[in-house]
Amino acid sequence: MSELLLPPEHRYAKIMKEKLNDDGSELSILNLGPTHPATHGIFQNILLMDGERILEAEPTIGYIHRAFEKIAENRPFYQITPLTDRMNYCSSPINNMGWWMTLEKLLDIEVPKRAQYLRVIVMELARISDHLICNSILGVDTGAFTGFLYVFQFREKVYEIYEEICGARLTTNMGRIGGFERDWSPEAFRKLDLFLEEFPVAWKEFENLFVRNRIFMDRTINVGAITAEEAISYGFTGPNLRAAGVDYDVRVAQPYSSYEDFDFIVPVGKSGDTYDRFCVRNAEVWESLSIIRQALAKMPAGNEYHAEVPDYYLPPKEDVYTSMESLIYHFKIVMGEVPVPVAEIYHPVEGGNGELGFYLVTDGSRTPYRLHFRRPCFIYYQAYPDMIKGALLSDAIVILSSLNVIAGELDA
Amino acid sequence: MSNSNIKIVEAPEGYVGEGFFATKLNDVVGLARANSLWPLPFATSCCGIEFMATMGAHYDIARFGSERLSFSPRQSDMLLVMGTISKKMAPVLRQVYEQMSEPRWVIAVGACASSGGIFDTYSVLQGIDKVIPVDVYVPGCPPRPEQILDGVMKLQELVKSESVRRRSSPEYEALMASYNIK
Amino acid sequence: MALENTVIQDKLTETFGENVFHFNQEKDIFSFEITADKITAVILFLKNDPILRFNFLTDLCAIHYPDNEVDRQITMVYHMHNWYDNKRVKIKAFINGDKPEIKTICNIFKSANWMERETYDFYGVDFIGHPQLKRILNMDEMVSFPMRKEFPLEDGGRTDKDDRFFGRTIDNC
Repeated sequence: MSELLLPPEHRYAKIMKEKLNDDGSELSILNLGPTHPATHGIFQNILLMDGERILEAEPTIGYIHRAFEKIAENRPFYQITPLTDRMNYCSSPINNMGWWMTLEKLLDIEVPKRAQYLRVIVMELARISDHLICNSILGVDTGAFTGFLYVFQFREKVYEIYEEICGARLTTNMGRIGGFERDWSPEAFRKLDLFLEEFPVAWKEFENLFVRNRIFMDRTINVGAITAEEAISYGFTGPNLRAAGVDYDVRVAQPYSSYEDFDFIVPVGKSGDTYDRFCVRNAEVWESLSIIRQALAKMPAGNEYHAEVPDYYLPPKEDVYTSMESLIYHFKIVMGEVPVPVAEIYHPVEGGNGELGFYLVTDGSRTPYRLHFRRPCFIYYQAYPDMIKGALLSDAIVILSSLNVIAGELDA
Repeated sequence: MSNSNIKIVEAPEGYVGEGFFATKLNDVVGLARANSLWPLPFATSCCGIEFMATMGAHYDIARFGSERLSFSPRQSDMLLVMGTISKKMAPVLRQVYEQMSEPRWVIAVGACASSGGIFDTYSVLQGIDKVIPVDVYVPGCPPRPEQILDGVMKLQELVKSESVRRRSSPEYEALMASYNIK
Repeated sequence: MALENTVIQDKLTETFGENVFHFNQEKDIFSFEITADKITAVILFLKNDPILRFNFLTDLCAIHYPDNEVDRQITMVYHMHNWYDNKRVKIKAFINGDKPEIKTICNIFKSANWMERETYDFYGVDFIGHPQLKRILNMDEMVSFPMRKEFPLEDGGRTDKDDRFFGRTIDNC
């Protein structure tokens, strides 16, 4: 092994030298990552192994640390959404909307009901696409590539809906303070309807492929289990916590964007193992579909898609070129001459992986004084070494992908 | 096989006669290399997800002879660097490149790998060409799968026209020396 | 029954007296300040008190105020959440900017471990009693604490971008 990744004076090397098993066999060190093909991202774990069993693990993170928080201190408020996109890139609209809602809380802006419902739809779509990746990749790691290839086509359909809404596929940079940058096109609603029609069929098939599959069950049940107490102490939130049996969901505890108007259940597991995490995510996808249907049915009439806050809402480009008033507002917003209260805000949203919090401190200037992201992945990944202790090496891979650790969110 | 719709790459220029076909060795080797590029995906962040889409059924990178992902650097021809490379990651990337055997090509996918992108910060490497030589740059943040495919096709053009002797030329040695790669 | 702010305030002042102060409601979060050396006691009290029951550490971070007097330059911010009554609190503790030190709480909440390491990485805050206080996101060789206000965002050593053309203070070239 290269010295680059494991210094020779590492404590495991010492343990290895001193400790011999009774039958004379030796312990070994395995360096898993940072570019291991099975880890879907940049995670390095130095494992101390006894044969196939993991005795101890030491994770190293920070391989794609991009200094989001420092950049945020140097960017005006409306330029921070691109950063949130790139945090959890599997469900970027949730991050975008979370950031706009933080600002709206700061500025006391009331978003029209219709825009709130549109936000709910796009956030639930993001949740579906996030869980879809996580569960299908878990399938790949247990040896079922077909499911991944099959449901990934529907991720493309979600991308197409995003494209209709904002023009981008993955890093959406969607929305504005007070709503959306434009109304959704009829095509977006048509594609959404089509998605709601086709996707459940495919998802049902995908579910059938795994849920009672003997191989899958053997690989996942009682693998990487964590108790509710441990999970809470380790700061778990989101599906991983709910799999351990705690029904904490920010959408219910602190409803934002009119989540209180919708009727949905919070699926919980029991044992907190990999199988339960799979099932919780699976059930959440069904709930998300139901929320989207409810939102479409309850959608208020009209075409209101943003709040009337000319001080903060960037005017449409064609108006900027033709009307004086819009030009002035545009100039004022871009140059940062709009009033911003001095305040401290914490706003949580239920991201794909748990409570995604934005802690914003302002000092009245055009940029945040301090912006801290509570990144769920970063907080719960520290439980990983404990979870794989005593497990087999192949289980470690399965546990990692069932936790759905997104490198971008982990390292910020 | 006239009723088959399987497309086969065109044969290089050459002299056809009865029972034989004469052409340059360069062209044949280039043809073979270009249509069986084994990619090594070095995916760190967002662009990696778009590469997954490129791999998937919808965009299907297999059409270009690159469906066989080689996660071992030793057996791959084309290193696809997708996503931000931080300074902490740079030595690892370099080591992966060094482990690849010649001939090897590199595609920098996305703005971050090409130039650091929007992350002009203390922790991010401002473009992977600071540590390894790059053949094709694909812009975009992240690039669409079509763009990634276009990058692969551009690389195929390069590979096709590359001389078999290039890797032992003094120019190439000088390039490697400028990156301190032995 | 919801947990009232006054209940929290009364219980805290009763136990910690002068060490807990500046109670106020900021938007939707009840917040207060404590003296830094009481941090573990306060967190433990909030967690274990049968009425308060703040069972979850939501977030932990620091803020740098270089313009304050030296004893109040770095603020530690702790967010706690009571899931039974669905109540959040924010706790602040000001510490010295030149020699930032505070006791660790990672033996109370395991999740604090990496959050404290991150804070150390960004601000150089020394968490006394932390089992493995070393850099987590940046390289071990790094000497600066990048989130402190005096350090620039960009890497001064880079050569491909000339700061003069980006409207920034000249750092390179």
